Amino acid sequence: MLIRVGTDLPIASSEITPRSLWLRRRDFLGAGAALGLGLTGVARAASPYSTDEKPNSRADITGYNNFYEFGTDKSDPAAKAGRLKTKPWTLRIDGLVDKPADYALEDFLKPFSTEERIYRMRCVEGWSMVIPWLGFPLAEAIKRAQPQASARYVAFETLVRPEEMPGQRSFPRIIPWPYREGLRLDEAMHPLTILATGLYGEPLPNQNGAPLRLVVPWKYGFKGIKSIVRMTLVAEQPKTSWNMIAPDEYGFFANVNPEVDHPRWSQATERRIGEGGLFAKRRPTLMFNGYESVASLYSGMDLRANF
Amino acid sequence: MRRGFPVWAVYALGFVPAVVAFGGGLAGTTGPDPIRALEQTLGLWALRFLLAALCVTPLRRFFGVNLLRYRRALGLLCFYYASLHLLAFIGLDHSFDWAEITREILKRPYAFIGMACLLLLIPLAATSSNAMIKRLGAKNWTRLHRLVYPAALLAAAHFIFAVKSWPLEPLLYAGAAVALLAARLAPKRRPSLEQPHEA
Repeated sequence: MLIRVGTDLPIASSEITPRSLWLRRRDFLGAGAALGLGLTGVARAASPYSTDEKPNSRADITGYNNFYEFGTDKSDPAAKAGRLKTKPWTLRIDGLVDKPADYALEDFLKPFSTEERIYRMRCVEGWSMVIPWLGFPLAEAIKRAQPQASARYVAFETLVRPEEMPGQRSFPRIIPWPYREGLRLDEAMHPLTILATGLYGEPLPNQNGAPLRLVVPWKYGFKGIKSIVRMTLVAEQPKTSWNMIAPDEYGFFANVNPEVDHPRWSQATERRIGEGGLFAKRRPTLMFNGYESVASLYSGMDLRANF
Repeated sequence: MRRGFPVWAVYALGFVPAVVAFGGGLAGTTGPDPIRALEQTLGLWALRFLLAALCVTPLRRFFGVNLLRYRRALGLLCFYYASLHLLAFIGLDHSFDWAEITREILKRPYAFIGMACLLLLIPLAATSSNAMIKRLGAKNWTRLHRLVYPAALLAAAHFIFAVKSWPLEPLLYAGAAVALLAARLAPKRRPSLEQPHEA
């Protein structure tokens, strides 16, 4: 059976448009707009949520990953994630919803149309990338499950399959598996928050969290839980992995914030991967990673206490 | 002079990882974050040379293998790598932003511990010559060079503090450092038993 991931087209968009041209699509759009030709029928308009910064290379995005299920070195996921079987894939949606279900992934994805979102990604370790995701708003998936009035948070879990995920067999145990993440419901419903199924117009590579991952661009990268098998609507703030490991270092919210340092290193600056090689300069980190529109979610909250 | 592996070759080989790491960084073959790669490589080799230097005495005492004539080279290589590691931190990682660098070193345990470690290594490197041994006298020199013990513990702690969670690698290095120091606490054999090894 043919399983289509994240696209209604029978062939990947990368087969239609060479990536080199695709990377320059904005030039065409810009030129078209300047000439008043209205080329939007030829190439889809960029999402208003996308940044116009230059995306990192596919090699950088797929070769430099923190995905501890495959090892703690940043090259481990690219080297070892190939063995992960993502078909078939079952996604459970349960908890305080009227329509709990175990979905075959292709059934889960069917009603959603993906769009490209080019987002900045700021790692808690002090580096950043720009990544062209393919995805759809998490809000749509939550609405479909029909959350009950008492639901206030969403809890996420990653697959546990030690035979295909060598990091889950390693000693000492780095993370109490499964990897867990969570969002407050209003964060989960925010239009910037997406479930991603693709990258650079192609299905998500395993090392980037195939077949389905969370992307919350104003939070540190570790909030973007990968290879999701379960989403549960809950009333209480759920446990999250890094907070369980080191509660004084990683909070539940984990909003990118240059003013609140990690206890062991500064968060004021970051190094943009792929920029400047051995002599790259750090750049200032922006509040909410530059996604200031989310500030209203946290009005009245002490972000130093709720880090 | 005794024949065998020449000391100069230890230095020559010892600098290979630094040259490879720097060259690879310039050529762009050390991954998407070449600065971090270089910084980590230099630090890791500083720690390795420190532990290698600490192996010399236990090897002699417990296994009768005498590598004493390489110990100065190993110690100095450790110091050179630690210095290059700091230089990469200052110049490449933080682009000589002195305010930021000072803040980091004073505020962050990993940076503070690393800096303290390097400070301990300075007097050891400075007194590594034969002339300095003579000037200080063997007893004082030996006493001064016991600073390498706290330096080893600080270096291992620096590694642990710089990573997230508790991965295996830094713990193994810390274990090796502790074991090498513990080996020195083992009761000394009587000189009469030790003599044959010295011959």
